[in-house]
Amino acid sequence: MGMTVVEKILARATDQASVKPGDIVEPAVDCAMSHENGALVISQFAEIYKGTDIKPKVWDPSKIVLVFDHRVPAESSKTATNQKKIREFVEKNGITRFHDIRGDCGGICHQVLPENGYVRPGYVVVGTDSHTTSHGALGGFSFGIGATEMASVWALGVILNVEVPGTIKVNVTGKFPKMVGPKDLILHLIGKISAGGANFKVIEFHGPTIKAMDTSGRLTICNMSVEAGATSGVVPGDEETIRYLKEEAGVKEDIELVLPDENAKYDQVIDIDVSKLEPQIACPHTVDNVKPIKNVAGKAINQIVIGSCTNGRLDDLETVRSIIKDKKVHKNIRMIVFPASARVYQQALDKGIINDLMKAGAVICNSGCGPCLGIHQGALADGDVALATTNRNFQGRMGNPNSEVYLCSPAVAAASALTGVITDPREGGK
Amino acid sequence: MAKVVKKIGDDISTDIIYPGRFMATVLPNETPQFAFADDKPFNEKLRKKEIAAGGIIVAGKNFGCGSSREQAASCLKGYELTIIAKNFARIFLQNSCNLGLNTVICPDFEGNEGDEVEYTKDKVTNKTTGKSFPITPLPKARQAIIDADGLIAYTRKRVLEKASK
Repeated sequence: MGMTVVEKILARATDQASVKPGDIVEPAVDCAMSHENGALVISQFAEIYKGTDIKPKVWDPSKIVLVFDHRVPAESSKTATNQKKIREFVEKNGITRFHDIRGDCGGICHQVLPENGYVRPGYVVVGTDSHTTSHGALGGFSFGIGATEMASVWALGVILNVEVPGTIKVNVTGKFPKMVGPKDLILHLIGKISAGGANFKVIEFHGPTIKAMDTSGRLTICNMSVEAGATSGVVPGDEETIRYLKEEAGVKEDIELVLPDENAKYDQVIDIDVSKLEPQIACPHTVDNVKPIKNVAGKAINQIVIGSCTNGRLDDLETVRSIIKDKKVHKNIRMIVFPASARVYQQALDKGIINDLMKAGAVICNSGCGPCLGIHQGALADGDVALATTNRNFQGRMGNPNSEVYLCSPAVAAASALTGVITDPREGGK
Repeated sequence: MAKVVKKIGDDISTDIIYPGRFMATVLPNETPQFAFADDKPFNEKLRKKEIAAGGIIVAGKNFGCGSSREQAASCLKGYELTIIAKNFARIFLQNSCNLGLNTVICPDFEGNEGDEVEYTKDKVTNKTTGKSFPITPLPKARQAIIDADGLIAYTRKRVLEKASK
């Protein structure tokens, strides 16, 4: 029987000829990432060794990554203390892949990992963050886990009791119309299959549209696969994956791709033609409440957020600039931009993007998760409406249960920033 | 027998169970104070211990969707609540099994706040209405962790085995 990408990866990671959905396996981990919740991982890790005379020791410090992104710079003394605890743990355990609050190498974990070549085709990647699904964009099996589960990985180097997931194949054809792109595709898919439509399953992306998509777009679609409940999204590695890792992530080693068998068995096959796709909007308060833009155009907004692990990369900022350069952000709009990483921020500076955005009226914040999850920066007032290129619009997500969040692509966000209302970028801003 | 203390709908996210702005609080003995923090009346009842341990939350589909934050499971575990849902989001279910929060998958369950409910390995019975509903067993991989008294104990056993080799 043929295998899907993830089945092949799990067979390799467990030294078996093959695995099938439902098998329970203990795959070896190639990359284990945590952010500020590393503080909880550290205390749970210590808990494992309680009552034994074994000295706590991480299985392989070279495979552990820690990134500060959720609350940077620290918004409270509590966070600062958690970050300090992590810093000390990193130092003590010889963890070198540590990305502190810095302007040269910091950023959102899901941007820092690919940028630094920490994730590669065929890898098993786990992270204490649900959007760890992102890294399937590089052809590995990458998924989110809780802090206690990460503590277990730190101790053993394997993930205990993984049930091999079934796979949904999504076959994408057609050329994106102007001002329509990967974000609209993934929102459309989530709307189609619902917030639980891929629960416990992997979404494997195929088709000429995916082949033609760059790694940035693939990160966007794998990132949001979790919003359909998926354990992971994955794009089988190809020439683009190798190009990205060699040219942009500085990987020197040979890269081996893990590809699905032609006779792989899928639970479901979904075909999507994007050639007539319209810009998509996820309306409050669930990500699967997706509508074509014409149904919500004209809705007044107060805050635009551009950034996050979903759409805060250089091409996203470039798109925004192309729409708002030499124009003005509407007086009723607070436009907040968060580049996904320090590297993205620097590249945007070099290209003059930051300057153009600021001249139009946008506020540029440091790289990090920012207002996406309502912890600090950019909280909403009672009754406020936000339009964001981020990934979640749950009630209270941006820090206030009495506000609303709509999700969209960078092009829609930029066009809407000029008008103050949700605006179709194909019709142009004011 | 236990009482249904709250009935909620589909797609209850971890942002509703444990809002992101409290994420700097991580320890299981500190998280319960923020359980359903934006649902003030319910949060207050929990904090004032007006809800007895073992109380049942009845939910629809996809309970616990969203973030991987373990606080969403530990805050409910702190009150020893049981969640009966049509189904659960993967990471939340996994965190619950790892930490010992009681989760019951019962796709057809019908019941309302105040109903008295009893459950066994196979079925949930609503004593108030007299109706019974079959339980979908937890995935085998998760049941093994519950049987081992949670993931910390399960991992500790493995660490000890490894050390004795």
